[in-house]
Amino acid sequence: MVSLRPRALLARVPNRGLFCAGAVITLLVIALVIVGMVWMPYEPTAMSADRLQGVSVAHPLGTDKMGRDILSRVMYGSRITLLVALGTMAIGAGLGILVGAVTGYYGGIVDEVVMRVTDGLFAFPSVLLALVFVSLFGSSTLNVMWALGIAFVPSFARVSRSEVIRCKHLDYVKNARLMGVRDVRVIFVHILPNMRGVLLSNLMIGFNNAVLSEAGLSFLGIGSQPPFASLGQMISEAQEVFFIVPSAVLGPGLVIVLMVLGFSLMGEGLRSEEGRMA
Amino acid sequence: MQDAPLSQDKPILAIRDLHLEFHDHGRPEVVVEDLSFELRRAEILGIVGESGSGKSMTALAIAGLLNRHALDCSGTILFDGVDLLHCGRATLRRYQGDEISMIFQEPMTSLDPLQRIGMQVEEALRIHRAELSAAERRKMAIRAMAAAGLPDPEQVYGMYPHELSGGMRQRVMIAAATVLKPQILIADEPTTALDVTTQAQIIALLRTINAEDQTAIVFISHDLSLVRQLCHRVIVMRKGVAVESGASDEVFRNPRHPYTKALVDAIPKVVLER
Repeated sequence: MVSLRPRALLARVPNRGLFCAGAVITLLVIALVIVGMVWMPYEPTAMSADRLQGVSVAHPLGTDKMGRDILSRVMYGSRITLLVALGTMAIGAGLGILVGAVTGYYGGIVDEVVMRVTDGLFAFPSVLLALVFVSLFGSSTLNVMWALGIAFVPSFARVSRSEVIRCKHLDYVKNARLMGVRDVRVIFVHILPNMRGVLLSNLMIGFNNAVLSEAGLSFLGIGSQPPFASLGQMISEAQEVFFIVPSAVLGPGLVIVLMVLGFSLMGEGLRSEEGRMA
Repeated sequence: MQDAPLSQDKPILAIRDLHLEFHDHGRPEVVVEDLSFELRRAEILGIVGESGSGKSMTALAIAGLLNRHALDCSGTILFDGVDLLHCGRATLRRYQGDEISMIFQEPMTSLDPLQRIGMQVEEALRIHRAELSAAERRKMAIRAMAAAGLPDPEQVYGMYPHELSGGMRQRVMIAAATVLKPQILIADEPTTALDVTTQAQIIALLRTINAEDQTAIVFISHDLSLVRQLCHRVIVMRKGVAVESGASDEVFRNPRHPYTKALVDAIPKVVLER
């Protein structure tokens, strides 16, 4: 019997050290977000006269040029950034895997057409594509999610297409088709679950790219609009006061680094599984 | 249960002028050329030949697993009045797993590693007998597994493929393929990957299935001595062409085509002193 208990599952992760280190870091970031949902030292948008304060007991990360508490804003901003990254992944990975699975499974003319279109999308840097999208539909958190999500579709489509092509020639998939199993069931029951290794590590990498792209877009002033904070936007606003309040840049920067690092380590820990499982 | 007089001569599957040709590498590559044969009810037909002789492609054509995009196919494969080579996917699916089943060479890779054995044996039931309840499906699956010679089928039902040996997995495959008692079972080198003892057991099992359920078996192999033991009739293929066919005893005793002669001569013989 294959056990699904956490301990037994963990035993099958090839590089447990890396995976656990990543998981601890990720949990830390998630804890920060969850605490921020329940309690924050100040209202993240509340301004005060204490502008550009350094690190102190009252303001652990200081205040920005409008006197807003940076720790509170980091807590709030991490939530936005995490949310955008998750939404981006849901859209990008969801659509991408679906497109890749269908084109890879059926092949032929549909495959050619769809893959050439995604090749075309691939040719644009994802941030540029998102810029175009946002300038067309307006700047909001939701639009950034859609923009980045769609920009991420091609990379997921390619990975899942090649995996589906590999899997569809496996004997047990042929066997299932031979039993008269419908294509939808073949794809969702017999092929996709067996691609989990590759998909999982790609999700981790994709998540990192999403965090970084969101931060990049916010830095450029696109995305969630002031006074609401996202991490990239905080860095962008604080760059001119970097030498007065370094924590205004370093705080949000650190959270971005931790977010990306945590998922990278988890993905790396899972990835070696590919080589070992045959 | 004994059927009324066996209609031994009435073919259940008729293949006429089957011609398969790849055309995706610029120059066409003929895989099967003008192959015609019939499969009669409850007979075991052997198809032998070296690698690349087209025997497996013929099997895939009957099973409806050919990728028709990449192939030129002509001729007919007539089953139950339907041309399996040119009918739609939906029609094909109606027969697949119900009337026509197939077992593959590699038992180690033919089962989905993430699904329990029971699920995989029941796959055909879930599709072709959707009206059955879960309990009835389970009963039929366990009966098929017992018939395939799996010890303790109740327990194996809940296991995963990696917990079983190659021989056991091949029995699971056979159970899954015969759970609906198909009219035709295609066995594509089902014993090549198994050790000799297991091989003999699987052959015995195929013989039992043939005798008890009147299932016609298309047995594809390059192992001539095995084919001679098991098959009623045999077709010898080379480079996509059937060079010789006939009752298997007759073909092996008096091979007429030089290729068949060479094949028969290549069977290792044990000479015992009298």
